[in-house]
Amino acid sequence: MSVSVRIPTILRTYTDGASEVNGEGATLREVLQKLDADFPGIGARILDETGKIRRFVNVYVGEEDVRFADGLDTVTPDGVQISVIPAVAGG
Amino acid sequence: MVLATAETTTTLDFGPAVALSCRECGTRYPLGPSFACIECFGPLEVAYTWTSPGDGPAATVTRRQIEAGPANIWRYRSLLPVPSDVLTKRNLAPGWTKLVKADNLARELGLRSLHVKDDSGNPTHSFKDRVVAIALEAARTFGFHTLSCSSTGNLAGAVTAAAARAGLDACVFIPADLEEAKIVMASVYGGRLVGIEGTYDDVNRFCSELIGDPLGEKWGFVNVNLRPFYGEGSKTLAFEIAEQLGWRIPDQIVIPIASGSQLTKVDKGFRELIKLGLVEDKPYKIFGAQAEGCSPVAAAFKAGHDIVRPVKPDTIAKSLAIGNPADGPYVLDIARRTGGAVEDVTDAEIVDAIRLLARTEGIFAETAGGVTVGVLRKLAENGVLDPDAETVVLNTGDGLKTLDAVSAHARPTAVIRPSLNAFRTAVADNS
Repeated sequence: MSVSVRIPTILRTYTDGASEVNGEGATLREVLQKLDADFPGIGARILDETGKIRRFVNVYVGEEDVRFADGLDTVTPDGVQISVIPAVAGG
Repeated sequence: MVLATAETTTTLDFGPAVALSCRECGTRYPLGPSFACIECFGPLEVAYTWTSPGDGPAATVTRRQIEAGPANIWRYRSLLPVPSDVLTKRNLAPGWTKLVKADNLARELGLRSLHVKDDSGNPTHSFKDRVVAIALEAARTFGFHTLSCSSTGNLAGAVTAAAARAGLDACVFIPADLEEAKIVMASVYGGRLVGIEGTYDDVNRFCSELIGDPLGEKWGFVNVNLRPFYGEGSKTLAFEIAEQLGWRIPDQIVIPIASGSQLTKVDKGFRELIKLGLVEDKPYKIFGAQAEGCSPVAAAFKAGHDIVRPVKPDTIAKSLAIGNPADGPYVLDIARRTGGAVEDVTDAEIVDAIRLLARTEGIFAETAGGVTVGVLRKLAENGVLDPDAETVVLNTGDGLKTLDAVSAHARPTAVIRPSLNAFRTAVADNS
Protein backbone atom coordinates (compact mmCIF):
# COMPACT_ATOMS: atom_id res chain seq x y z
CA MET A 1 0.00 0.00 0.00
CA SER A 2 1.26 3.45 -0.83
CA VAL A 3 0.92 5.89 2.07
CA SER A 4 2.23 9.31 3.09
CA VAL A 5 4.10 9.90 6.34
CA ARG A 6 4.23 13.30 8.02
CA ILE A 7 7.60 13.83 9.69
CA PRO A 8 7.91 15.96 12.88
CA THR A 9 10.45 18.76 12.85
CA ILE A 10 12.89 16.93 15.11
CA LEU A 11 13.19 14.02 12.62
CA ARG A 12 13.56 16.07 9.46
CA THR A 13 17.33 15.84 9.61
CA TYR A 14 16.80 12.23 8.50
CA THR A 15 14.54 13.20 5.57
CA ASP A 16 16.68 16.04 4.25
CA GLY A 17 14.21 18.54 5.63
CA ALA A 18 11.12 16.98 4.04
CA SER A 19 7.98 17.33 6.17
CA GLU A 20 6.18 14.56 4.31
CA VAL A 21 7.52 11.46 2.55
CA ASN A 22 6.04 8.53 0.66
CA GLY A 23 5.85 5.15 2.34
CA GLU A 24 4.93 1.55 1.60
CA GLY A 25 3.42 -1.25 3.65
CA ALA A 26 0.22 -3.07 4.58
CA THR A 27 0.68 -2.37 8.30
CA LEU A 28 2.31 0.39 10.36
CA ARG A 29 5.16 -1.98 11.20
CA GLU A 30 5.89 -2.51 7.50
CA VAL A 31 5.64 1.21 6.80
CA LEU A 32 8.16 2.00 9.54
CA GLN A 33 10.52 -0.73 8.29
CA LYS A 34 10.42 0.73 4.79
CA LEU A 35 10.83 4.25 6.22
CA ASP A 36 13.97 3.15 8.07
CA ALA A 37 15.32 1.53 4.91
CA ASP A 38 14.77 4.77 2.98
CA PHE A 39 16.04 7.03 5.77
CA PRO A 40 18.49 4.98 7.86
CA GLY A 41 18.27 5.62 11.60
CA ILE A 42 14.81 7.15 11.69
CA GLY A 43 13.22 3.91 12.90
CA ALA A 44 15.28 3.89 16.09
CA ARG A 45 14.02 7.37 16.91
CA ILE A 46 10.38 6.26 16.74
CA LEU A 47 10.78 2.76 18.25
CA ASP A 48 12.65 1.87 21.43
CA GLU A 49 15.22 -0.89 21.92
CA THR A 50 12.46 -3.50 22.34
CA GLY A 51 10.77 -2.50 19.09
CA LYS A 52 7.82 -0.73 20.74
CA ILE A 53 6.66 2.80 19.92
CA ARG A 54 8.51 5.15 22.30
CA ARG A 55 6.27 6.33 25.13
CA PHE A 56 6.57 10.00 24.23
CA VAL A 57 5.72 9.45 20.56
CA ASN A 58 2.17 9.44 19.24
CA VAL A 59 1.55 7.78 15.88
CA TYR A 60 -1.69 8.31 13.97
CA VAL A 61 -2.99 6.33 10.99
CA GLY A 62 -5.49 8.71 9.43
CA GLU A 63 -7.30 10.29 12.38
CA GLU A 64 -6.76 7.37 14.76
CA ASP A 65 -4.10 7.10 17.46
CA VAL A 66 -2.70 3.61 16.84
CA ARG A 67 -2.85 2.89 20.57
CA PHE A 68 -6.63 2.74 20.08
CA ALA A 69 -6.18 0.46 17.07
CA ASP A 70 -3.72 -2.43 16.76
CA GLY A 71 -0.51 -0.59 17.49
CA LEU A 72 2.24 -1.54 15.06
CA ASP A 73 -0.13 -4.08 13.47
CA THR A 74 -2.59 -1.32 12.54
CA VAL A 75 -3.60 -1.71 8.88
CA THR A 76 -2.47 1.13 6.60
CA PRO A 77 -4.92 1.44 3.68
CA ASP A 78 -3.75 2.76 0.33
CA GLY A 79 -3.44 6.54 0.36
CA VAL A 80 -3.76 6.97 4.12
CA GLN A 81 -1.74 9.65 5.91
CA ILE A 82 0.43 8.63 8.86
CA SER A 83 1.53 11.23 11.39
CA VAL A 84 4.37 10.94 13.90
CA ILE A 85 4.02 13.52 16.69
CA PRO A 86 5.85 14.15 19.96
CA ALA A 87 3.57 13.94 23.00
CA VAL A 88 2.51 17.38 24.23
CA ALA A 89 1.41 18.37 27.71
CA GLY A 90 -0.83 21.14 28.91
CA GLY A 91 -4.32 22.30 28.14
CA MET B 1 16.12 21.02 17.80
CA VAL B 2 15.18 24.43 16.49
CA LEU B 3 11.51 24.86 15.74
CA ALA B 4 11.03 28.44 14.83
CA THR B 5 13.52 31.22 15.23
CA ALA B 6 17.19 31.24 14.52
CA GLU B 7 17.93 32.49 18.02
CA THR B 8 18.82 29.60 20.32
CA THR B 9 21.79 30.95 22.14
CA THR B 10 22.29 30.72 25.87
CA THR B 11 23.26 34.40 25.91
CA LEU B 12 19.56 35.28 25.95
CA ASP B 13 18.46 36.55 29.34
CA PHE B 14 16.51 33.82 31.11
CA GLY B 15 17.63 34.70 34.63
CA PRO B 16 19.00 31.63 36.43
CA ALA B 17 18.08 29.20 33.61
CA VAL B 18 21.08 27.84 31.69
CA ALA B 19 19.86 25.05 29.40
CA LEU B 20 17.11 22.64 28.43
CA SER B 21 17.55 19.07 29.59
CA CYS B 22 15.75 15.88 28.52
CA ARG B 23 13.83 14.44 31.43
CA GLU B 24 14.28 10.92 30.01
CA CYS B 25 17.92 10.68 28.90
CA GLY B 26 19.49 13.89 30.24
CA THR B 27 20.68 15.20 26.85
CA ARG B 28 21.14 18.96 27.10
CA TYR B 29 20.24 21.69 24.59
CA PRO B 30 20.63 25.47 24.46
CA LEU B 31 17.68 27.48 25.73
CA GLY B 32 15.34 27.75 22.77
CA PRO B 33 11.77 27.19 21.58
CA SER B 34 12.17 23.40 21.76
CA PHE B 35 10.18 20.81 23.62
CA ALA B 36 11.21 17.26 22.63
CA CYS B 37 14.54 15.46 22.79
CA ILE B 38 16.06 14.57 19.43
CA GLU B 39 17.41 11.34 20.90
CA CYS B 40 14.35 9.85 22.59
CA PHE B 41 11.39 12.25 22.17
CA GLY B 42 11.43 12.80 25.94
CA PRO B 43 10.13 16.14 27.26
CA LEU B 44 12.65 18.93 27.77
CA GLU B 45 12.84 20.78 31.07
CA VAL B 46 14.57 23.97 32.14
CA ALA B 47 17.89 23.43 33.91
CA TYR B 48 19.16 26.07 36.35
CA THR B 49 22.45 27.09 37.83
CA TRP B 50 21.60 24.96 40.85
CA THR B 51 20.47 21.88 38.88
CA SER B 52 23.91 20.34 38.48
CA PRO B 53 27.46 21.17 39.54
CA GLY B 54 29.37 23.31 37.06
CA ASP B 55 26.33 25.17 35.81
CA GLY B 56 27.49 28.33 37.49
CA PRO B 57 27.23 29.79 40.96
CA ALA B 58 24.46 28.23 43.03
CA ALA B 59 21.55 30.53 43.69
CA THR B 60 21.70 32.53 46.87
CA VAL B 61 18.02 33.19 47.25
CA THR B 62 16.70 34.10 50.66
CA ARG B 63 13.25 34.19 52.15
CA ARG B 64 13.73 37.89 52.85
CA GLN B 65 14.47 38.66 49.18
CA ILE B 66 11.35 36.81 48.11
CA GLU B 67 9.16 38.40 50.77
CA ALA B 68 10.29 41.85 49.62
CA GLY B 69 8.98 41.15 46.11
CA PRO B 70 5.61 42.05 44.59
CA ALA B 71 2.39 40.22 45.52
CA ASN B 72 2.41 38.08 42.40
CA ILE B 73 4.49 35.28 40.87
CA TRP B 74 7.36 37.64 40.11
CA ARG B 75 8.36 37.54 43.79
CA TYR B 76 9.90 34.18 42.72
CA ARG B 77 11.58 35.53 39.60
CA SER B 78 15.01 34.41 40.80
CA LEU B 79 13.68 30.82 40.67
CA LEU B 80 12.08 31.09 37.21
CA PRO B 81 13.30 31.16 33.57
CA VAL B 82 12.42 34.82 33.02
CA PRO B 83 14.43 37.93 32.10
CA SER B 84 16.09 39.77 34.96
CA ASP B 85 14.02 42.87 34.14
CA VAL B 86 10.66 41.05 34.12
CA LEU B 87 9.21 43.55 36.60
CA THR B 88 9.39 46.24 33.92
CA LYS B 89 7.41 44.20 31.34
CA ARG B 90 3.71 44.46 30.59
CA ASN B 91 1.95 41.28 31.69
CA LEU B 92 -0.98 40.19 33.84
CA ALA B 93 1.19 39.61 36.95
CA PRO B 94 -0.83 36.61 38.19
CA GLY B 95 -0.43 34.64 41.38
CA TRP B 96 -0.27 35.21 45.13
CA THR B 97 -3.81 33.84 45.27
CA LYS B 98 -5.47 33.03 48.57
CA LEU B 99 -4.59 30.00 50.65
CA VAL B 100 -7.90 29.62 52.44
CA LYS B 101 -7.98 27.86 55.81
CA ALA B 102 -10.91 25.52 55.25
CA ASP B 103 -12.03 24.64 58.77
CA ASN B 104 -15.66 24.01 57.84
CA LEU B 105 -14.76 21.59 55.05
CA ALA B 106 -12.12 19.98 57.26
CA ARG B 107 -14.72 19.35 59.97
CA GLU B 108 -17.10 17.84 57.44
CA LEU B 109 -14.41 15.48 56.12
CA GLY B 110 -12.91 14.62 59.50
CA LEU B 111 -9.56 16.31 58.78
CA ARG B 112 -7.59 18.28 61.36
CA SER B 113 -5.95 20.90 59.12
CA LEU B 114 -7.05 21.73 55.57
CA HIS B 115 -6.31 24.62 53.21
CA VAL B 116 -7.70 25.37 49.76
CA LYS B 117 -5.28 27.06 47.36
CA ASP B 118 -7.84 29.06 45.38
CA ASP B 119 -6.49 29.93 41.94
CA SER B 120 -9.84 31.20 40.73
CA GLY B 121 -8.49 34.56 41.94
CA ASN B 122 -6.10 34.91 39.01
CA PRO B 123 -6.69 37.55 36.27
CA THR B 124 -8.60 35.16 33.96
CA HIS B 125 -9.85 33.05 36.87
CA SER B 126 -7.71 29.96 36.49
CA PHE B 127 -4.20 28.77 37.32
CA LYS B 128 -3.32 28.99 33.62
CA ASP B 129 -2.33 32.64 34.02
CA ARG B 130 0.75 31.41 35.92
CA VAL B 131 2.07 29.20 33.14
CA VAL B 132 1.17 31.64 30.38
CA ALA B 133 3.03 34.47 32.13
CA ILE B 134 6.27 32.50 31.95
CA ALA B 135 5.63 31.37 28.36
CA LEU B 136 4.86 34.95 27.35
CA GLU B 137 8.27 36.11 28.54
CA ALA B 138 9.88 33.27 26.57
CA ALA B 139 7.86 34.21 23.48
CA ARG B 140 9.04 37.82 23.70
CA THR B 141 12.63 36.79 24.28
CA PHE B 142 12.55 34.51 21.21
CA GLY B 143 10.92 37.24 19.11
CA PHE B 144 7.52 35.60 18.49
CA HIS B 145 4.70 38.00 17.64
CA THR B 146 1.83 35.51 17.76
CA LEU B 147 0.92 33.62 20.90
CA SER B 148 -1.00 30.37 20.46
CA CYS B 149 -2.05 27.16 22.21
CA SER B 150 -4.20 24.06 22.17
CA SER B 151 -6.61 24.33 25.05
CA THR B 152 -9.55 22.91 26.95
CA GLY B 153 -10.66 26.50 27.53
CA ASN B 154 -8.88 28.03 30.52
CA LEU B 155 -5.55 28.19 28.74
CA ALA B 156 -7.13 29.78 25.67
CA GLY B 157 -8.52 32.64 27.77
CA ALA B 158 -5.23 33.06 29.61
CA VAL B 159 -3.33 33.26 26.31
CA THR B 160 -5.64 35.76 24.61
CA ALA B 161 -5.67 37.97 27.71
CA ALA B 162 -1.89 37.84 28.13
CA ALA B 163 -1.36 38.60 24.44
CA ALA B 164 -3.74 41.55 24.67
CA ARG B 165 -1.86 43.00 27.64
CA ALA B 166 1.51 42.45 25.97
CA GLY B 167 0.44 43.77 22.58
CA LEU B 168 0.96 40.47 20.74
CA ASP B 169 -1.35 38.70 18.30
CA ALA B 170 -3.15 35.59 19.48
CA CYS B 171 -4.60 32.56 17.72
CA VAL B 172 -5.87 29.78 19.99
CA PHE B 173 -7.48 26.39 19.34
CA ILE B 174 -10.13 24.62 21.42
CA PRO B 175 -12.57 21.72 21.05
CA ALA B 176 -15.67 23.32 19.51
CA ASP B 177 -18.05 21.96 22.18
CA LEU B 178 -16.54 23.66 25.24
CA GLU B 179 -18.48 25.41 27.98
CA GLU B 180 -20.00 28.70 26.78
CA ALA B 181 -18.24 30.83 29.39
CA LYS B 182 -14.83 29.54 28.34
CA ILE B 183 -15.58 30.27 24.70
CA VAL B 184 -16.63 33.82 25.59
CA MET B 185 -13.53 34.36 27.75
CA ALA B 186 -11.20 33.06 25.09
CA SER B 187 -12.64 35.39 22.45
CA VAL B 188 -13.43 38.59 24.33
CA TYR B 189 -9.77 39.60 24.63
CA GLY B 190 -9.40 39.66 20.85
CA GLY B 191 -7.22 37.55 18.61
CA ARG B 192 -8.51 34.52 16.77
CA LEU B 193 -10.33 31.64 18.44
CA VAL B 194 -10.67 28.48 16.34
CA GLY B 195 -13.00 25.68 17.41
CA ILE B 196 -11.90 22.24 16.27
CA GLU B 197 -14.44 19.47 15.74
CA GLY B 198 -13.02 16.83 18.05
CA THR B 199 -11.56 16.22 21.50
CA TYR B 200 -8.68 18.06 23.16
CA ASP B 201 -6.38 15.28 21.98
CA ASP B 202 -7.47 16.04 18.41
CA VAL B 203 -6.77 19.74 18.97
CA ASN B 204 -3.37 18.92 20.42
CA ARG B 205 -2.49 16.76 17.46
CA PHE B 206 -3.59 19.48 15.06
CA CYS B 207 -1.43 22.11 16.80
CA SER B 208 1.56 19.76 16.87
CA GLU B 209 1.28 19.45 13.09
CA LEU B 210 0.60 23.15 12.59
CA ILE B 211 3.84 24.03 14.33
CA GLY B 212 5.77 22.03 11.75
CA ASP B 213 4.03 23.82 8.91
CA PRO B 214 4.98 27.22 7.48
CA LEU B 215 1.55 28.47 8.65
CA GLY B 216 2.48 28.16 12.32
CA GLU B 217 6.23 27.82 12.48
CA LYS B 218 6.80 31.40 13.59
CA TRP B 219 4.28 31.23 16.42
CA GLY B 220 4.87 30.71 20.09
CA PHE B 221 2.61 27.84 21.17
CA VAL B 222 2.71 28.17 24.92
CA ASN B 223 2.15 24.46 25.58
CA VAL B 224 4.06 23.09 22.60
CA ASN B 225 7.31 24.80 21.52
CA LEU B 226 7.38 26.94 24.68
CA ARG B 227 6.37 24.07 26.95
CA PRO B 228 9.58 23.81 29.00
CA PHE B 229 9.13 27.46 30.07
CA TYR B 230 5.34 27.25 30.39
CA GLY B 231 5.57 24.26 32.72
CA GLU B 232 7.80 26.15 35.14
CA GLY B 233 4.90 28.50 35.92
CA SER B 234 3.17 25.75 37.89
CA LYS B 235 6.08 25.70 40.33
CA THR B 236 4.82 29.02 41.67
CA LEU B 237 1.87 27.15 43.18
CA ALA B 238 4.32 25.15 45.28
CA PHE B 239 6.32 28.25 46.18
CA GLU B 240 3.23 30.19 47.28
CA ILE B 241 1.74 27.33 49.28
CA ALA B 242 5.00 26.83 51.16
CA GLU B 243 5.47 30.55 51.82
CA GLN B 244 1.84 31.06 52.84
CA LEU B 245 2.12 28.18 55.31
CA GLY B 246 5.06 29.97 56.93
CA TRP B 247 7.80 28.49 54.75
CA ARG B 248 6.64 24.92 55.26
CA ILE B 249 5.70 22.18 52.80
CA PRO B 250 2.33 20.59 53.62
CA ASP B 251 2.20 16.92 54.64
CA GLN B 252 -0.16 16.02 51.82
CA ILE B 253 -1.61 17.76 48.79
CA VAL B 254 -4.35 16.85 46.29
CA ILE B 255 -3.84 18.09 42.71
CA PRO B 256 -6.01 17.67 39.59
CA ILE B 257 -4.58 15.81 36.60
CA ALA B 258 -5.20 16.78 32.98
CA SER B 259 -1.87 16.25 31.19
CA GLY B 260 -0.23 15.80 34.60
CA SER B 261 2.12 18.73 34.03
CA GLN B 262 0.90 20.79 36.99
CA LEU B 263 1.31 17.93 39.46
CA THR B 264 4.85 17.19 38.33
CA LYS B 265 5.83 20.86 38.58
CA VAL B 266 4.39 21.32 42.07
CA ASP B 267 6.60 18.41 43.12
CA LYS B 268 9.54 20.04 41.34
CA GLY B 269 8.83 23.32 43.13
CA PHE B 270 8.83 21.68 46.55
CA ARG B 271 12.10 19.88 45.78
CA GLU B 272 13.76 23.10 44.61
CA LEU B 273 12.72 24.90 47.80
CA ILE B 274 14.31 22.10 49.80
CA LYS B 275 17.44 22.07 47.66
CA LEU B 276 17.88 25.83 48.07
CA GLY B 277 17.38 25.60 51.82
CA LEU B 278 14.28 27.79 51.78
CA VAL B 279 12.20 25.17 53.59
CA GLU B 280 12.97 22.24 55.86
CA ASP B 281 13.49 18.90 54.11
CA LYS B 282 10.57 16.67 55.05
CA PRO B 283 8.44 13.94 53.49
CA TYR B 284 5.23 14.93 51.72
CA LYS B 285 2.60 12.97 49.83
CA ILE B 286 1.15 14.01 46.48
CA PHE B 287 -2.27 12.73 45.43
CA GLY B 288 -3.66 13.06 41.89
CA ALA B 289 -7.32 13.58 41.01
CA GLN B 290 -9.16 12.60 37.84
CA ALA B 291 -12.75 12.31 36.64
CA GLU B 292 -13.93 8.75 36.15
CA GLY B 293 -14.87 9.61 32.56
CA CYS B 294 -11.23 10.42 31.82
CA SER B 295 -9.04 8.58 34.30
CA PRO B 296 -6.19 6.90 32.43
CA VAL B 297 -3.63 7.82 35.11
CA ALA B 298 -5.82 6.64 37.99
CA ALA B 299 -6.46 3.38 36.12
CA ALA B 300 -2.73 2.83 35.59
CA PHE B 301 -1.99 3.64 39.24
CA LYS B 302 -4.59 1.21 40.52
CA ALA B 303 -3.44 -1.53 38.13
CA GLY B 304 0.21 -1.05 39.12
CA HIS B 305 1.22 -0.12 35.57
CA ASP B 306 4.03 2.24 34.55
CA ILE B 307 2.41 3.01 31.20
CA VAL B 308 -0.72 5.12 30.79
CA ARG B 309 -3.11 3.73 28.21
CA PRO B 310 -4.98 6.57 26.45
CA VAL B 311 -8.78 6.79 26.70
CA LYS B 312 -11.57 8.64 24.89
CA PRO B 313 -12.84 11.21 27.44
CA ASP B 314 -16.49 11.44 28.50
CA THR B 315 -16.92 13.70 31.55
CA ILE B 316 -18.37 17.05 32.57
CA ALA B 317 -14.87 18.02 33.76
CA LYS B 318 -13.79 19.19 30.32
CA SER B 319 -10.71 21.04 31.52
CA LEU B 320 -9.33 17.68 32.69
CA ALA B 321 -10.53 15.76 29.62
CA ILE B 322 -7.14 14.83 28.20
CA GLY B 323 -7.28 11.18 27.20
CA ASN B 324 -3.59 10.92 26.37
CA PRO B 325 -1.81 12.71 29.22
CA ALA B 326 1.81 13.32 28.24
CA ASP B 327 3.09 13.59 31.81
CA GLY B 328 1.07 10.61 33.06
CA PRO B 329 4.09 8.34 33.62
CA TYR B 330 5.75 11.03 35.76
CA VAL B 331 2.59 11.44 37.82
CA LEU B 332 2.67 7.70 38.54
CA ASP B 333 6.33 7.97 39.59
CA ILE B 334 5.64 10.90 41.92
CA ALA B 335 2.52 9.44 43.51
CA ARG B 336 4.40 6.21 44.23
CA ARG B 337 7.63 7.87 45.35
CA THR B 338 5.91 10.17 47.82
CA GLY B 339 3.47 7.55 49.14
CA GLY B 340 0.47 9.27 47.56
CA ALA B 341 -2.15 7.85 45.19
CA VAL B 342 -4.25 8.69 42.12
CA GLU B 343 -8.03 8.45 42.50
CA ASP B 344 -11.08 9.33 40.43
CA VAL B 345 -14.69 10.38 40.99
CA THR B 346 -17.91 10.20 38.98
CA ASP B 347 -19.63 13.19 37.39
CA ALA B 348 -22.28 13.07 40.14
CA GLU B 349 -19.55 13.17 42.79
CA ILE B 350 -17.96 16.14 40.99
CA VAL B 351 -21.20 18.12 41.21
CA ASP B 352 -21.67 17.15 44.88
CA ALA B 353 -18.12 18.26 45.63
CA ILE B 354 -18.58 21.64 43.90
CA ARG B 355 -21.63 22.23 46.09
CA LEU B 356 -19.83 20.95 49.20
CA LEU B 357 -16.94 23.39 48.76
CA ALA B 358 -19.32 26.26 48.02
CA ARG B 359 -21.56 25.42 50.98
CA THR B 360 -18.74 25.00 53.50
CA GLU B 361 -16.17 27.60 52.44
CA GLY B 362 -17.86 30.05 50.08
CA ILE B 363 -15.60 29.00 47.19
CA PHE B 364 -17.29 28.24 43.87
CA ALA B 365 -15.04 25.88 41.94
CA GLU B 366 -15.25 24.88 38.31
CA THR B 367 -15.62 21.20 37.51
CA ALA B 368 -11.86 20.55 37.85
CA GLY B 369 -12.08 21.85 41.43
CA GLY B 370 -15.06 19.55 41.95
CA VAL B 371 -12.92 16.64 40.81
CA THR B 372 -10.15 17.56 43.23
CA VAL B 373 -12.40 18.16 46.24
CA GLY B 374 -14.37 15.02 45.33
CA VAL B 375 -11.17 12.98 45.35
CA LEU B 376 -10.12 14.66 48.63
CA ARG B 377 -13.41 13.52 50.15
CA LYS B 378 -13.07 10.00 48.75
CA LEU B 379 -9.50 9.64 50.00
CA ALA B 380 -10.53 10.91 53.44
CA GLU B 381 -13.50 8.52 53.61
CA ASN B 382 -11.37 5.58 52.49
CA GLY B 383 -8.73 6.32 55.11
CA VAL B 384 -6.04 6.92 52.49
CA LEU B 385 -5.42 10.49 53.68
CA ASP B 386 -3.97 10.94 57.15
CA PRO B 387 -6.70 12.90 58.98
CA ASP B 388 -4.16 14.47 61.35
CA ALA B 389 -1.75 15.65 58.66
CA GLU B 390 -1.67 19.16 57.22
CA THR B 391 -3.51 18.95 53.89
CA VAL B 392 -3.81 21.30 50.91
CA VAL B 393 -6.25 20.90 48.01
CA LEU B 394 -6.06 22.93 44.79
CA ASN B 395 -8.95 24.75 43.18
CA THR B 396 -7.66 25.65 39.74
CA GLY B 397 -10.60 27.53 38.25
CA ASP B 398 -13.77 29.56 38.78
CA GLY B 399 -17.22 27.94 38.93
CA LEU B 400 -18.68 30.74 36.82
CA LYS B 401 -16.91 29.10 33.87
CA THR B 402 -18.82 25.82 34.24
CA LEU B 403 -22.25 26.95 35.44
CA ASP B 404 -24.06 24.25 33.48
CA ALA B 405 -22.60 21.56 35.70
CA VAL B 406 -24.55 22.77 38.73
CA SER B 407 -27.32 24.93 37.28
CA ALA B 408 -29.94 22.18 37.68
CA HIS B 409 -29.07 21.85 41.37
CA ALA B 410 -28.70 25.51 42.32
CA ARG B 411 -32.11 27.18 41.95
CA PRO B 412 -34.12 29.74 43.95
CA THR B 413 -35.52 28.39 47.20
CA ALA B 414 -38.88 29.93 46.29
CA VAL B 415 -40.38 32.41 43.83
CA ILE B 416 -43.08 34.54 45.47
CA ARG B 417 -45.01 37.76 45.18
CA PRO B 418 -43.45 40.64 47.19
CA SER B 419 -45.65 40.14 50.24
CA LEU B 420 -44.96 39.09 53.81
CA ASN B 421 -47.79 36.56 53.73
CA ALA B 422 -46.36 34.92 50.63
CA PHE B 423 -42.96 34.71 52.27
CA ARG B 424 -44.48 33.29 55.49
CA THR B 425 -46.16 30.62 53.42
CA ALA B 426 -42.97 29.87 51.52
CA VAL B 427 -40.95 29.68 54.73
CA ALA B 428 -43.56 27.40 56.27
CA ASP B 429 -43.46 25.17 53.20
CA ASN B 430 -39.69 24.92 53.45
CA SER B 431 -39.35 24.61 57.21
